[in-house]
Amino acid sequence: MIAAVHPETISESLGDALALAGVSVKTTDDLGSDSGTVREADVLIVELGLAPLRQLREVARIEEMLALPILLVIAKEHLAILESSGVSADFVIAPVDPLEFRIRINRLVTVGDGDQVVRFKDLELNPLTFQATLDGEPMDLTYMEYELLRFFMENPVRVWSREQLLSKVWGYEYYGGARTVDVHVRRLRSKLGEGRASWITTVRSVGYRWG
Amino acid sequence: MSKESEYVMRTVEERGIRFIRLWFTDVLGFLKSVAISPAELEVAFEEGMTFDGSSIDGYARIQEADMLARPDPTTFAVLPWRPEQQVARMFCDISTPDGEPFDGDPRTVLKRNLERASEMGYTFFTAPELEFFYFADSGPEPKVLDRGGYFDLTPLDVAQEYRRQTINALEQLGIPIEHSHHEVAPSQHEIIARYTDALTMADNIMTSRLTVKEVALQAGIYATFMPKPLQDHDGSGMHLHLSLFEGETNAFHEPGTQGGLSKVGEAFIAGLLRHASEMTAITNQWVNSYKRLVGGFDAPVYISWARNNQSALVRVPSVKRGKPSSVRVEYRAADAACNPYLALSVILAAGLAGIREGYELPPEVSADVREMTQAERAAVGAKRLPDTLATALDLMEGSDLMAEALGEHVFNWFLRNKRAEWSRYQSHVSRYELETYLPIL
Repeated sequence: MIAAVHPETISESLGDALALAGVSVKTTDDLGSDSGTVREADVLIVELGLAPLRQLREVARIEEMLALPILLVIAKEHLAILESSGVSADFVIAPVDPLEFRIRINRLVTVGDGDQVVRFKDLELNPLTFQATLDGEPMDLTYMEYELLRFFMENPVRVWSREQLLSKVWGYEYYGGARTVDVHVRRLRSKLGEGRASWITTVRSVGYRWG
Repeated sequence: MSKESEYVMRTVEERGIRFIRLWFTDVLGFLKSVAISPAELEVAFEEGMTFDGSSIDGYARIQEADMLARPDPTTFAVLPWRPEQQVARMFCDISTPDGEPFDGDPRTVLKRNLERASEMGYTFFTAPELEFFYFADSGPEPKVLDRGGYFDLTPLDVAQEYRRQTINALEQLGIPIEHSHHEVAPSQHEIIARYTDALTMADNIMTSRLTVKEVALQAGIYATFMPKPLQDHDGSGMHLHLSLFEGETNAFHEPGTQGGLSKVGEAFIAGLLRHASEMTAITNQWVNSYKRLVGGFDAPVYISWARNNQSALVRVPSVKRGKPSSVRVEYRAADAACNPYLALSVILAAGLAGIREGYELPPEVSADVREMTQAERAAVGAKRLPDTLATALDLMEGSDLMAEALGEHVFNWFLRNKRAEWSRYQSHVSRYELETYLPIL
C-alpha cells in the first residue's frame, strides 16, 4: 500500500504510526489534485499544521476530484474548523495512537478499493454495488440468484455439491431444501442465455461447477 | 439491515428504479399492491408499511384495521412490462402492528403448512399448468380470437406472439417456463412453469396471472382465468404437479416399484383422495368452477387415481428412465382462479395427513371412470367431487383438517364469504331458465 503523506515534515507520532502500519510512504508538499504523488497513492494522509484552513480547502478539492481515501491527522483545537470545513474525510487525533491509525487506514483502503469486480469472459460482477452485467447490459437478478452467481465466480473450477452450495450460499434452513439449488442454477442459466448457460456445468451425481 | 435488504436498496439506486410495488394477496386470491418510492424503502424494510386491513377481503375487522406489509427482499424483481418506468416489485408478509404474523394472510398460511412439512423432514415442490383464454374484450359475451385446437400452429394460432411475449416477461421475472401451447378449446392457451418450492411457486402463479393479463392488455385484448367461460368447450384448469423431497432425495421415488412410486408417494396420494372433497371449495372456489367439473370435457369428476388415465383426479405421470427426481403426483381438480397459497396449503395438508396416518392407497382405476355406470363406479370406490360450490362448502365446513390447514380466521371468513356468493347466485334467474321455461310455462 502506498500512502501519500502531506506535509513533508511530519510529527514524530505520525512517523512512528506509519512505520508500524507497514505502508510505503511518499511525502509531498504539493496537495494539488494533479500532484503525481497524490494521484498514484492508495491513501492520502494529511497532517494539519500551521495553515489548517488552506490545507482543508485543498483536501475538499481532492475529495471532489478523486475517489481517494483520505485520513486527516488533526490536533484537538482544530476540530471546530474541521466541522465547518465541509470535508468528509475520516480523521485521527494527534498525537497519533499507532494501532488506531493502522486499523483506520486498513479500513479506508479496503472499503475504498475500487476493483473488486469479478470477471468471466463478458460477464462482470461488482460486489460493492451488487450489480452484474453481461456484455455491458445489467442483469435482472433476484438476491439469491446474485449470491449464487457471485459464489460461482469467486470459487470457480472446483465442483460443489448441492448441500455445500446450500450451506455456503443460502446459509440457513430454507423452505426449498437442496432442490432449490437446481432451481436457481436453471434460472441463472436461463438469464445467462444460450451459449453462456454452459458456464455452469452439471457434474453428474455430484453437483455443479463454474467455468 | 439484512444483506438481502441491502441488495435491494443498492439495486434500486444503481438501476434508477422509481417505484417499488409491494404486493400481497387477499383471501380470495386477488393481488393487492401499494407503490412506494425508493426513499420509503428503508422504512418499509425496518418497520413495514402500514395499511388499512379492513379494506382487504378476508383481512381485518374495522376495530383492528391497522396492518403492516413487510416486503420479502428475496422476491425483489424488476417488472419487465414497462421498461421506461423502471418499476420493481416485492411480495410482502402481513403482520399485526405488534409484529405477529397475521392469520388472514394467505402467504403466512402457506408458510405455516410448509413448516409442518419441514418438521416431518419434507420440502414441497410444485409445477403448475396454467390454462387461460384470450378474448377480444372483457365484456359479458366472450369473443374468441381463433378457432384453433390443441398444439395447432399458425395461421389458426394468432395468439402465438402474445404467448411469446408473456414467456419472455416471465423469464425476465425469474420464472422459467417449460413450454406453452394452444390448448384444446378455441382461443385457449397453456403455459407450464418449471417446478420450484411451493412458496416461490405460489408467488410465481400470482405473478404469472398478472403477466398474462398485462401482455394481453398491451395487445388490446383480454386474458381470463375464469374456469369455464365457454359452455361447449373445455374449461381452464390448473393441474398441479407435486413432489416431496427429503434433502436431495425425491421422497416419492423408490426404484423397482411400479412407476417408481414409493410408500410415501402412495400415502400422499391416499391423503389427496380421502380429503379431495373437503378441499375442493378452496381449489375450486367460484360458482363457475363447478361448471368445469362436469362430464364430457377434459376435467376430473370422480375421485380416483391412475398411472396414465386422463379421467383420474390424481395421476402419476410416467417419467423417463434414469430421472428419479421427476417422479411426481399430478392433482387435476384445481383451477387457475384459485388462491394458490391456500390451494397449495390444503393439498399439502391432505397429502401429509396420508403419510402421517398411514392411509391405505385404494387400487388404481385404469378404465375411464366417466364411462362407467354408477354401480361400476361404486364398486371401485370412485365418488363424485362436489358438484356445486354449496356442496363443497358443506364438506369443507365439516373438515377438521381444512380448519387446521387454513387456520380459524381464513376458514371462517372463507365459508361466510362463499355462502354469501352462493346465496347471490341462487337468487339469480339465468339465461338458461329464461330460454327454456319462459316459452312453455
